[in-house]
Amino acid sequence: MIERLTKTAARNIFYGGSIFFFIIFALLVGDSFRQASQMAEAHPISDSVAAGKRVWEKKACFDCHTLFGEGARFAPEVGKVWLKYGGDKDPAAARDTLKAWFAAQPTNISDRHQMPQFNLSDAELDQLIDFLRWTSAIDTQNWPPKPVTR
Amino acid sequence: MLKYQSQAVAKPYFIGALLIFSLQLLFGLIGASVYVAPTIVPVDLLPFSVVRMIHTNALIVWLLLGFFGSTYYLLPEETERELFSPKLAIIQFWLFFVAAAICVVGYLFGFYDGRSYLEQPMIIKIGIVAVALIFLFNCSMTVLKGRRTVISGILLLGLWGVAVFFLFAFYVPANVVIDKMFWWWVVHLWVEGVWELVMAAILAFMLIKMTGVDREVIEKWLYVIIGTALFSGILGTGHHYYWIGTPGYWKWIGSIFSAVEPLPFFAMVIFAFGMVWKGRRDHPNKAALLWSLGCAICAFLGAGVLGFLHTLSGVNYYTHGTQVTAAHGHLAFYGAYAMVNLAMFSFAMPQLLGRAPYNQRLNIASFWTITGGVILMSLALTFAGILQTHLERVLGMEYMDVQQQLTLFYWIRLAGGAITMIGFLMYLVALLVPNLETAGQPAALKPAE
Ligand code: HEM
Ligand code: HEM
Ligand SMILES: [Fe+2]
Repeated sequence: MIERLTKTAARNIFYGGSIFFFIIFALLVGDSFRQASQMAEAHPISDSVAAGKRVWEKKACFDCHTLFGEGARFAPEVGKVWLKYGGDKDPAAARDTLKAWFAAQPTNISDRHQMPQFNLSDAELDQLIDFLRWTSAIDTQNWPPKPVTR
Repeated sequence: MLKYQSQAVAKPYFIGALLIFSLQLLFGLIGASVYVAPTIVPVDLLPFSVVRMIHTNALIVWLLLGFFGSTYYLLPEETERELFSPKLAIIQFWLFFVAAAICVVGYLFGFYDGRSYLEQPMIIKIGIVAVALIFLFNCSMTVLKGRRTVISGILLLGLWGVAVFFLFAFYVPANVVIDKMFWWWVVHLWVEGVWELVMAAILAFMLIKMTGVDREVIEKWLYVIIGTALFSGILGTGHHYYWIGTPGYWKWIGSIFSAVEPLPFFAMVIFAFGMVWKGRRDHPNKAALLWSLGCAICAFLGAGVLGFLHTLSGVNYYTHGTQVTAAHGHLAFYGAYAMVNLAMFSFAMPQLLGRAPYNQRLNIASFWTITGGVILMSLALTFAGILQTHLERVLGMEYMDVQQQLTLFYWIRLAGGAITMIGFLMYLVALLVPNLETAGQPAALKPAE
């Protein structure tokens, strides 16, 4: 059967099939886009959250950490770090703990991966923490399997 | 020695690519050293993040330089005419090369902004688009005015796709779920989509030249290969949409379609070996042939086998974002895209430098050394990743505590990296330094086809 496939037919199947699958893909991505936007209505992306995401990008945090498993693998996952520090129960305490933790970097312990001191302003720290608080509300289909809690 | 004068513009591209490859390996070694000795480089001078972004960006830049140069090298032979504008090609090279150099220096001083692989400051990103437009204009004009072949058609389609999907680098919405969805339109739709078209076309070009197999016979198969690549790869993007806040249906779609993604890589193995089997020509460039066949095999191992290992959502739930990913990333990028470039450099450089035959034996030794080094790195990371998955994702240990358990594997990875670097230096010597053994002998290489 494959012998009877002509070059022209193979080419047409390639173009037709690729367009077909791309359209299906675009429709599904469109639906996911819609659902992600709805989620952002329930959990609004405040200016501070958006600014925090910009800090995340400008300091290239993802080049050490993962966020929902994506990024580098040099440092821990941070998608739900807000919950790890108990932000859902005592937001003020979680915020203070995180800030103190940032301030303590780098630890200079010789067998522990080091995080630099970014010297973020208090406003930037608040924004970054607001961003990580926002990400903790995202439904990640129960990933990671064993969220680390305190 | 060149059939067409304008093919010579490939030379700066290949040399530039090799230079940036050496930078990539250097920063890989620094990164691997920081993994085992975290305070070896002062973190405030050079944090790991900067090391990694230079490593990965250098990778992408040298692969693209290699693709550009390969295209300029093969288009005249495919279209049977000189390039539309060799001068434009040289300008394009310097624009891209200088922008890359500025970018790296900028990274060292903290000028970066973006997402993984796309850390380039906005102005550099715009420059990349400008360079791509110059390139595509030059190549499209050449193809339009010359003989049309399936190989040049597929190559250009792939390269246009590379440029089009790069545009999603400019779309950075505040909603991180949507942001991640479209980040993969660059990263996944490149390496598991349009780059496969580029790879298949370059491999096919070299194999035709080296085996003498009639192009009529293989053109149909090229369409079959790239068809399976895109039919599986487009919806296969779903294997990145499992845990980033996207709906659950991606678990089905991503698993089913990405499970088929190894097929085009397997087909390329059959295709490459089939051609050599059928071929009647005994081409003197044994090193280039070895790289081409090795490319097909390692791409299948890295992308096909290691990719399949963690692509089903039930497995990926545990392995996602562990060292398993890094193991796969290394062997896949190396096998598919680094090797196709190294094959092309081995194939074309003797012609470009007017220096055939060159040091085949050293080149062949470098093939085994580099490939052995990368496989050792990938194996070490695979084992590290499996152990990490068990300790962190099954037993629930803390990330940082688990890292302490993986030190042995990270040392082996560093050793693999050092072997890779040694092999690379051998490759450089084989390719660029005049061959003492055969110097003075008349060139024995018969121009192919
Ligand atoms: C030559 C082709 C390929 C290259 C260069 C490649 C490269 C990569 C890289 C670099 C990553 C890590 C991305 C990041 O998070 O930064 C990745 C992830 C992934 N790749 Fe590939 N890949 C290729 C083909 C494949 C194929 C054919 C499959 C499936 C059969 C596959 C399955 C995966 C999966 C499931 C992930 C996500 C890993 C995770 O969950 O952490 N890849 N790939
Ligand atoms: C001297 C040899 C090399 C060493 C020591 C090395 C080391 C490293 C290190 C330490 C990382 C960072 C991993 C992390 O995020 O935690 C990395 C990432 C990466 N390297 Fe290499 N590397 C080497 C060669 C290569 C080669 C030859 C390629 C491809 C052709 C490559 C492709 C990549 C890619 C795609 C990533 C990002 C993948 C990911 O995040 O999973 N590297 N490498
Ligand atoms: Fe992928």
